[in-house]
Amino acid sequence: MSQNDYIILTNNPLVFEKLADTHNVVYKDISYEELLKEVRDRIHEGHSLLSHPLSGSVKPKETPYKSVMISKRKGEVDQRSLSLIENAIQACGKFEDKTGKFEQKVYEDFQLIDWTLLDSGLASADAW
Amino acid sequence: MRLEMGHIYIKDIQFASESKIEDGILYVSEEAVKAVALEDEHIKSVSFDIAKPGESVRITPVKDVIEPRVKVEGRGGIFPGVISKVDTVGEGKTYALKGMAVVTAGKIVGFQEGIIDMTGPGADYTPFSQTLNLVMVCEPIDGIKQHDYEKAVRFAGFRVAAYIGELARELTPDETKVYETCTIKEGLEKYPNLPRVAYVQMLQSQGLLHDTYVYGVDAKKIVPTILSPTEIMDGAIVSGNCVSACDKNPTYVHENNPVVHDLFEQHGKTINFVCQIITNENVYLADKQRSSDWTAKLCKMLDLDGVIVSQEGFGNPDTDLIMNCKKIEAEGVKTVIITDEYAGRDGKSQSLADADAAADAVVTGGNANQVIILPKLDKVIGTLDYVNKIAGASEETLREDGSLEVELQVLTGATNETGFNKLSAR
Repeated sequence: MSQNDYIILTNNPLVFEKLADTHNVVYKDISYEELLKEVRDRIHEGHSLLSHPLSGSVKPKETPYKSVMISKRKGEVDQRSLSLIENAIQACGKFEDKTGKFEQKVYEDFQLIDWTLLDSGLASADAW
Repeated sequence: MRLEMGHIYIKDIQFASESKIEDGILYVSEEAVKAVALEDEHIKSVSFDIAKPGESVRITPVKDVIEPRVKVEGRGGIFPGVISKVDTVGEGKTYALKGMAVVTAGKIVGFQEGIIDMTGPGADYTPFSQTLNLVMVCEPIDGIKQHDYEKAVRFAGFRVAAYIGELARELTPDETKVYETCTIKEGLEKYPNLPRVAYVQMLQSQGLLHDTYVYGVDAKKIVPTILSPTEIMDGAIVSGNCVSACDKNPTYVHENNPVVHDLFEQHGKTINFVCQIITNENVYLADKQRSSDWTAKLCKMLDLDGVIVSQEGFGNPDTDLIMNCKKIEAEGVKTVIITDEYAGRDGKSQSLADADAAADAVVTGGNANQVIILPKLDKVIGTLDYVNKIAGASEETLREDGSLEVELQVLTGATNETGFNKLSAR
């Protein structure tokens, strides 16, 4: 898949810094949940999800950062993508909000973890 | 494959001038284990400590827990592709030091969880409150990147566990258990009337702090494959996981996977335990599709009647779990899935981030959002930086008497998804 075939939606400044010059990146300074809702809106417009909207164990509302890959091409609304994003938004409600409670260095770690998760998705996307 | 597991019971651990095991007591030369840990130039210093069941000790942030083992007969060595050379393991004779563990601790990222309490209510939830723990806290050199630090601590833990395991090479085990698997054809001939059952193990594989290694290979780069279940007993699968303390599989759990052991218990009696299938939990959705397609395909090709599927972690792996379950069921193979729940502090929320009607047989490791009060303990091994950070930030978390109000998710192994935990309805 060419880098022109997908869009990265992110609220992670590190991702924007690393990819802005080479990839289609939409950066917004919004919360984790708002970012997921932004992704949901794009799915309603016909884009489909390419990476999973939840992290692999770092919890929503613990980390404030999320980066999600969606297709650049639009088609019919993809029901599977819609169900995944709706479930992910619902999952946010289960966690206590800790996002304002860490010192600055920890936010840099959260940014790095989100970046490495996205990076493993990019490696898969760019492989074909 | 036939593997003889010799168990050597460790009754106590003591620091001494010479490392040895005598009469069930492990004597550890601090100087020698420090030298083993410091072989990696990324580690600036290391301190060792011993934590025993019942002591007023809190270990945090825990990275990995490892059971020392040594291969005394047969191909390969412990932790193939990681510590030993690459060779297929799982046959011959292996000794394990039971009742103890090597625990690695180190603050790799600022939000890292992982608490082992050796006494009190926290000890009731972590299985590693019951082991004699040789704890190593590794400090990295200045300016190191997190992934280099993670790797350095991971390897240091395996080197020390291998060093300790080696002390048992010439001993006579207290107990021996034999695990034997058949080839496909042998199994069909030997157990024509028993249902053919396999274990599908999902491995966390999403990037820094979320990785698992199979014979040294990063699991995110594998396609689903088949193992003889005896291979894991020689350390074929190791953890590179630092987050999700409650429901990640430390290396100790891979070595002692209870699903494998329970299936072996029934092998030849009520079931024919055909094999272990490993698959991954990647970030990219096409990877999830490929891996679940392949897992279902392998189940079909092996003519299985049923599988047990275990998950690792939470969140996006919920989707892999449901995809595996749905596709395997669609091949006519019955599934039982093992997961844990994030059902909110009141337990009323949807437990998983994905669902399907095919997932009609589910075993849960417990609700990771469940709140628990951890009393102040006398001694901390590691650092309370992380805990204090959470605690100090919220009035209701750090209570006046110094106790902590936390969710089960911070306790190592509390809601483990292979059943290696202590929560039970029994």
